[in-house]
Amino acid sequence: MPDLEIPDAVLEPPRRRIQLVWIIPIVAAVIGAYIAITTILAQGPTVTISFRTAEGLEAGKTKIRYKDVEVGLITHVGLARDDSGVIAEAQIAKDASNLLVEDTRFWVVKPRVSSSSVTGLGTLFSGSYLGVDVGKSKSARRAFVGLEVPPIVTADVPGTRYVLRSDEIGSLGVGSPLYYRRIEVGQVVSLALDPDGRAVSLQVFVNAPYDQYVTSSTRFWHASGVDISLDATGVKVDTASLAAIIAGGVAFQAPPDLMPAEAAPAETTFNLVADRATAMRHTDTEVLTMQLYFAESLRGLAPGAPIDFHGITLGEVKSVDLEFDPDTSRFNFPVVVDLYPDRLRSKVRGGNMVRPPTEAEEHARLDALVAQGLRAQLRTGNLLTGQLYIALDFFPQSPKTTLDWDQSPPELPTTQGTFGELQAMVGGLTKKLDAIPLDRISKELEGTLADARTLLKRLDADVAPAARDVMGDASKTLQAAQATLASDAPLQADLRQTLQELTRATASMRDLLDYLQRHPEAFIRGKQEDPKK
Amino acid sequence: MNAASAGFIGCHGCGLLCRMPDPSRHAHCPRCAATLHVRKPNSVARTWALLIAAYILYIPANVLPIMTTSTLLSSQDDTIMSGVIYLWTSGSWPLALLVFFASVTVPLLKLIAMTVLVASAQRRSTWQPMQRTRLYRLVEFVGRWSMMDIYVVTILVALVQLQSLAAIQPGPGAVAFGAVVVLTMSSAITFDPRSIWDPLGDDRA
Repeated sequence: MPDLEIPDAVLEPPRRRIQLVWIIPIVAAVIGAYIAITTILAQGPTVTISFRTAEGLEAGKTKIRYKDVEVGLITHVGLARDDSGVIAEAQIAKDASNLLVEDTRFWVVKPRVSSSSVTGLGTLFSGSYLGVDVGKSKSARRAFVGLEVPPIVTADVPGTRYVLRSDEIGSLGVGSPLYYRRIEVGQVVSLALDPDGRAVSLQVFVNAPYDQYVTSSTRFWHASGVDISLDATGVKVDTASLAAIIAGGVAFQAPPDLMPAEAAPAETTFNLVADRATAMRHTDTEVLTMQLYFAESLRGLAPGAPIDFHGITLGEVKSVDLEFDPDTSRFNFPVVVDLYPDRLRSKVRGGNMVRPPTEAEEHARLDALVAQGLRAQLRTGNLLTGQLYIALDFFPQSPKTTLDWDQSPPELPTTQGTFGELQAMVGGLTKKLDAIPLDRISKELEGTLADARTLLKRLDADVAPAARDVMGDASKTLQAAQATLASDAPLQADLRQTLQELTRATASMRDLLDYLQRHPEAFIRGKQEDPKK
Repeated sequence: MNAASAGFIGCHGCGLLCRMPDPSRHAHCPRCAATLHVRKPNSVARTWALLIAAYILYIPANVLPIMTTSTLLSSQDDTIMSGVIYLWTSGSWPLALLVFFASVTVPLLKLIAMTVLVASAQRRSTWQPMQRTRLYRLVEFVGRWSMMDIYVVTILVALVQLQSLAAIQPGPGAVAFGAVVVLTMSSAITFDPRSIWDPLGDDRA
């Protein structure tokens, strides 16, 4: 072997080579670092959300979605420390961390069926997820209390919230519609009983742009169901839409006769009244309570009956009572009424803002009116039902009286009602009839009749034959006249001939006058020969 | 006694036996001009480089999702471990073990084995050269089967494309995993098994 001719390898000049292979781990490290850094940077904040139950929450599965965009994932679901609920930990995407502010709300979106709507059907297949409603606050927050019920209105819906106060909620519920001129413009967001249990507060949300119609003078009323009322003005049936009849609703509108007011700020509190009529009634800030005593029966006069002044309702009956006066041992029937002097005043001032009059001025004004004869009177509003109302009117003939302002409530003088008036009139008439001396009249009448009879007898005997003769003569005269006027009578023939002559004469006269008109000189010179001849 | 210590070198291109005057220098074949080297050049350094890269990428390969399954209603990211856990919890634990073994343990063991080999070669260890050579052969043999996971993902991605109903997308983890496998295989190639035996020759010489 060693003897064999073995060539030498050709040596290359020595050179220092950079080990390019080390680029590979460097690249790998760079990629790894890049992935690690981006992962760490992409990791958003972790939040905890507490719920009453973990229904629909699953660690690693339940997503958090805002506007149906996935912004996070529930990473852990566990019991709260005091076992009162569950606490879900969620990883929120980095770019969604600005959603986590003080008033952000979370709730579980799952299929829900309520009287007004069916929501979350999509989650039947995809599984429930957490909905987010981002708040408007600026301060960040990491621990939240989840809502058990999804909010009716999310913060990104433009609109305004208002508070309604009512004695009862009727058939209203969360989600009940809000109507403005029968257009659905909002919803009842929440209901809460006052701490003292005396009233209910409702939060309502009016969607933009309808919230501009909620002004400080806007009235809210229950639009639920059917409202049938029978009063002095007749039968009235008031309903909202069919949906509102079933599900209940709230309607609002400003009274049409008021000046347009400014839009009400958010969270303004309004009263929720029972029906439209009540809502549209004048708001009466000032109430003047007075007492009336009527002589006639008060059957048909119910509390709420209007006080009418020439067709304008100025107040209403508050109560009808019975009181016993031990001094006179008589029963009195005081009718307590509420008068709204405001209504009278608004007509007086004609829309101009005038400072409200003082009490003394008010009293003086009423005193003057009573001095002019202002009286209250019971009148029948509805003949069918016998409903009564109280009318205010001027009776200048009524006996003078003054108001006693020291009395509480002061008494407004009354006068007998139309029915009573009629009674009095009939009574007066009967009295006068009574006063007539019918006996004497009848006797005299008898005598007169006897005289008349003798007169007639005389007429029959003397006048009748003479009259017959006269009639005979008249008949003869008429016959003669008939003969004279007959068509073939000589007088007639003569007359006709004369008339024909007269016609001809008239024609000649017209010719002559024509000629004279054209040739006035003929009057002097006589008729000229026709030059053509 | 080996070729290198006797001052000989065989050409890889034409098989010509040459005399190597200076084994530390680069040379080329006098007949076919192919580059001649006694051992794989820079074997230890290259193997280290590739191994370190494989180690680095082993982390994202296991952490990042290897596959994204999106159906009509939801989409799900699966890492290798989440797949194993899913298989385990759903009761098919033999399959879970298989996947765990093939996709997690074997790549890791390969990396460790290569590390042991290259470290011992670098330190010119004389410890158990026969066993180390066997280990090297095993690593080289197993290498080509390590891409099974990638094959499965590739086939699924190709098959399950039902538009909106269901679709499977490869995740970034698959790329990292494939890179780990390729780098491990490359490191096995750049490693020169003769370096296991070289220290023995030194001792004898």
